[in-house]
Amino acid sequence: MSNNFTKVENPVLVVEGKQADNERLKAESDYLRGTIKEDLQDRMTGGFTSDNFQLIRTHGMYQQDDRDIRAERQKQKLEPLHNVMLRARLPGGIINPTQWLAIDKFADDYTSYGSIRLTTRQTFQFHGVLKPDIKLMHQTLNSVGLDSIATAGDVNRNVLCTSNPVESALHQEAYEWATKISEHLLPKTRAYAEIWLDEEKVETTEADEIEPILGSNYLPRKFKTTVVIPPNNDIDVHANDLNFVAISEGGELIGFNVLVGGGLAMTHGDKGTYPRCADDFGFIAKEHTLAIAAAVVTVQRDWGNRVNRKNAKTKYTLDRVGVDTFKAEVEKRAGVKFSESRSYKFTHRGDSFGWVEGIDGKHHLTLFIENGRILDFAGKTLKTGMLEIAKIHQGDFRLTANQNLIVAGVAQADKAVIEQLARDHGLINDGVSNQRKSSMACVAFPTCPLAMAEAERYLPGLVDDVEAILTKNGLKDESIILRVTGCPNGCGRAMLAEIGLIGKGPGKYNMYLGSDLAGSRVPKLYKENLDEAAVLSEIDALSARWSAERLEAEAFGDFVIRVGIVEQVIVSFRDFHHA
Amino acid sequence: MGEIVMLPEQRLLNQNTSNSANNSSALDANQLASLQQSVADYSSLQLAWASGYLAAKSEQGHHAQLAPVATPVAAKTLTILYASQTGNAKGVASQLEKSAKAAGITVVLKNIADYKAKSLKNESHLLIVASTNGEGEAPDDAIEFHEFLLGKKAPKLPNLNYSVLALGDSSYEFFCQTGKDFDERLQALGAKQVAPRLDCDVDYDSECESWTLSIVESLKDELTQADTGLTPVSYIGDLPTAGATSQYSKQNPFAAEFSLSQKITGRDSAKDVRHIEIDLAESGLTYQVGDALGVWFENDETLVAKLLTELNFSGDEKITLKVSGEVQELSLQAALVSQLEITQTAPAFIEFWAQHSQDSKLLAVASDKNSAREFAGEHQIIDVVNSAKADVDAQSFVNALRKITPRLYSIASAQSEVEAEVHLTVGVVSYDANGDTRTGGASGFLCQRLEEGQKVRVFVEHNDNFRLPLSDDTPVIMIGPGTGVAPFRAFMQERESRDATGDNWMFFGDQTFTQDFLYQVEWQNYLKSGLLTRMDVAFSRDQAEKIYVQDRLKEQAAEVFAWLERGAHLYICGDANRMAKDVHQTLVEIIQDHGKLSAEQAEDYLKSLRSNKRYQKDVY
Repeated sequence: MSNNFTKVENPVLVVEGKQADNERLKAESDYLRGTIKEDLQDRMTGGFTSDNFQLIRTHGMYQQDDRDIRAERQKQKLEPLHNVMLRARLPGGIINPTQWLAIDKFADDYTSYGSIRLTTRQTFQFHGVLKPDIKLMHQTLNSVGLDSIATAGDVNRNVLCTSNPVESALHQEAYEWATKISEHLLPKTRAYAEIWLDEEKVETTEADEIEPILGSNYLPRKFKTTVVIPPNNDIDVHANDLNFVAISEGGELIGFNVLVGGGLAMTHGDKGTYPRCADDFGFIAKEHTLAIAAAVVTVQRDWGNRVNRKNAKTKYTLDRVGVDTFKAEVEKRAGVKFSESRSYKFTHRGDSFGWVEGIDGKHHLTLFIENGRILDFAGKTLKTGMLEIAKIHQGDFRLTANQNLIVAGVAQADKAVIEQLARDHGLINDGVSNQRKSSMACVAFPTCPLAMAEAERYLPGLVDDVEAILTKNGLKDESIILRVTGCPNGCGRAMLAEIGLIGKGPGKYNMYLGSDLAGSRVPKLYKENLDEAAVLSEIDALSARWSAERLEAEAFGDFVIRVGIVEQVIVSFRDFHHA
Repeated sequence: MGEIVMLPEQRLLNQNTSNSANNSSALDANQLASLQQSVADYSSLQLAWASGYLAAKSEQGHHAQLAPVATPVAAKTLTILYASQTGNAKGVASQLEKSAKAAGITVVLKNIADYKAKSLKNESHLLIVASTNGEGEAPDDAIEFHEFLLGKKAPKLPNLNYSVLALGDSSYEFFCQTGKDFDERLQALGAKQVAPRLDCDVDYDSECESWTLSIVESLKDELTQADTGLTPVSYIGDLPTAGATSQYSKQNPFAAEFSLSQKITGRDSAKDVRHIEIDLAESGLTYQVGDALGVWFENDETLVAKLLTELNFSGDEKITLKVSGEVQELSLQAALVSQLEITQTAPAFIEFWAQHSQDSKLLAVASDKNSAREFAGEHQIIDVVNSAKADVDAQSFVNALRKITPRLYSIASAQSEVEAEVHLTVGVVSYDANGDTRTGGASGFLCQRLEEGQKVRVFVEHNDNFRLPLSDDTPVIMIGPGTGVAPFRAFMQERESRDATGDNWMFFGDQTFTQDFLYQVEWQNYLKSGLLTRMDVAFSRDQAEKIYVQDRLKEQAAEVFAWLERGAHLYICGDANRMAKDVHQTLVEIIQDHGKLSAEQAEDYLKSLRSNKRYQKDVY
């Protein structure tokens, strides 16, 4: 499965040098507490100061501001309109109707955008929560059994799990593993409970007992884990550090192939950074899942680069020490040997929309949510629709890694009323094209501080234009996996798209071509700094050629490689930046 | 910077040195020579600084050195006392002093706060210019004098000749009350009126002028007969007289460039507050932190047009009006735009319109002073005109209106920081009436009609009742919610440029944190640099219960009291009607609780702070 190099002679296991400042702040944070409590009392600013600005990420929040009015407020001698974005922890993306009602209300009452944003991390985000309301937010989540621990920062983040409503039993077991892995790798510090839930501070014992897995300095960089059920690669294994590929026999889960070292983030202009596919370490029986998960995390904890944050992710550790060395260390620590990978095949990544009946006889309705943004739009009252469904729904909701939503576990008798509500509120729209369903964008402006260009606000119009181009080129019912991200950090997973657009500056994008439908290949840079008109003319020319020259049912990403429009990326650190 | 002007304190100093030049005693010949030598090679900036320094010294309780000016000639000296809150009484008193001096009269001009009331029995001629606070109380500076004079210890004054000029606002029930109190009491103590008391309303200029002339005329003979060896106002040639005093004043404002108008409330604020920068370059106008800028404005032509329509006037009607002391013929339209007050309504106009319309509702309102004032406060002239039909001619209509008066804004900058600029913080006064938006005359002019690069007529109104402590080590507590923040921004600039080491504590409040935190970034930076020791903020609409600055004061009561005990000066700027009173009451409670005092003793504590100039207010 792996195309990466496996052997490195005399590997450097630990990178020496002056550690990145984030290492200092984690070490000094008293297990993620910092002085967050003091900052909450500071009425002079709506933001967090110095280290706390970073530390709140480990509690699931990013400090953001309304970038549309940043310059305006500067003139007004007002600080940026600081607020936080909260990303909930929702292993496998499952949320029940009671929880939905609570988050719906909080979004209305306390967020400046009033929306619930479904994300590629299979969870939801609140955008625009002001500092005085943050504690209430966590307490609200807590009251319905939710939290946001470790959904950002240098920790293991929300654990994904394929949203497969059909194979009910298999999915249930995979989902339970996702939850167990999430709990097992979670920070054990009580900082979250003390700061946000006003729980008493408990005197702690020995330092290494506080965080036996993550350690007092936590991980060198973010860490992402998934559980995936082939043939659907909806969670995009190659975007993640650690993946458990479910292997079943006769519908029974027996264990996992373990894929390590995927990741999409890079930095413009830094050729030492690149997206990279994960390596298959081999198969393990399911009872070894937690031991293996902990071992991969601790090897990365100890060997990950803490000097250069841009090379701190697991993918770079693997390329530095070699897959074999890393794998051997994991086996040693876990006391488990990988056996040969079991065979599996990914065929697609998208969600299947509409109703489907599960093996258990329950019905599941997958709804397409453009950009994952649940909000009442003119003529499309998505948020109200979801609220009305949540009021009567007896099953649960499943957020997909493609930012869509499944109303799961509907009894035959309730189907009609739920479908009617969904239609009344624009949650079902039969006119949505395949192209739109294959398109995705990260949040970007106006809230994300990292965004260099528009993404979510750009996508709907872009898709209108691409639909017209495809129709014009005789490709009306075809689609291209099209993903737009505002920066190269990877939230929108553009580095696993057939056409990936990565924001470079206002209105400017780098265009990458050549991933495949299964998401097993990283695309390659095609053109830089395209403005919106150039993006369209390129897509027009490329799709016209695809239409004319494609082989039978050849996907766009495969086509552009076969005819040599871009070179195939086989080994990322060798090929990705190769001119 | 442009030309250096003389500040009022400098004027005072020069008067004294000029006297001494004529051997009358403030400085002897050697001292004078030495002073002249010392300053001979000063630049104009250094001279201005030095004069400010000396003036400050003189106000710092060194009056004794200057006192001999008055004493030897007491019998034939005209003493003028002013009791000012916002500077108007002081302005009138200074005019009076100038005219009297021009007539050859020896004059001692004093803030009533600095005057020893016991000296009254030694006076032969006394003029008092007194303003009155809203509910008829004496202004802060006059409280002690007022208490003494009206109290049992006041001496008989059979030898005193006096008159009183009272300033007030006739829309208040206790119009000119302080002046009336002084007048009646002086009479009761046996003093002789040299001229009847003049009660002046908001537009007092011309009346004051004629009163001043007649007073000076009537005193001239008696007060100039004795040979005091003095000659009237003359300056020492070696001091920079040219440009030492700006030629610009309230009556002769400077047309300054309006250089910046920046909204400083957020886009979702319920308020429109502007940071305004005006360029005083070449005017010679200077100011100190704590001063106010007077701004002449013109009314909105659209509003004037609407008013004319309501009245069925074309606007071309010729009317006569006294402009700068001369009767002029103007078109009604021109008069309404630039000469007459139409955005503030005097109760007298309600009476006028009620009489002409015979509208029963208006008549009822007009018949009661309080309701008339309340109604006037909530209605512009056009609203009154709208409320009932009346048939009046243009001239009578004009006669019923007040003359436009300039508005005073607390200055939000220090010249040590902004040099020839002057900054203001102006909130647009705006409300809905009759389905229309009514806007304050001056705030609308400054914030909405005036464009950057245009000219605005301004003058500096000094306010010695709102000054930073003379010692840079002294801690200060500043309480300035809303646009009351303005002078404290100036204070911080000044203290920064002086490297003042005294602690600074700011209390600010407004409606919402995200939209109304005026100058937020600057305050954050002052905290970061350490210049600002602490800052407490209260945003009334950010939570279910309303929280105001006084609530924050209460939370910090022990600390506030500790600051006062270690000598902190206390300043309040902003809304007079509610905030300043609530804050005062809170301070009384804090002092009571933490000083273990009775309410009365706590009031005395504040009173003594006030008489020591440690408790100063700039409220409106």
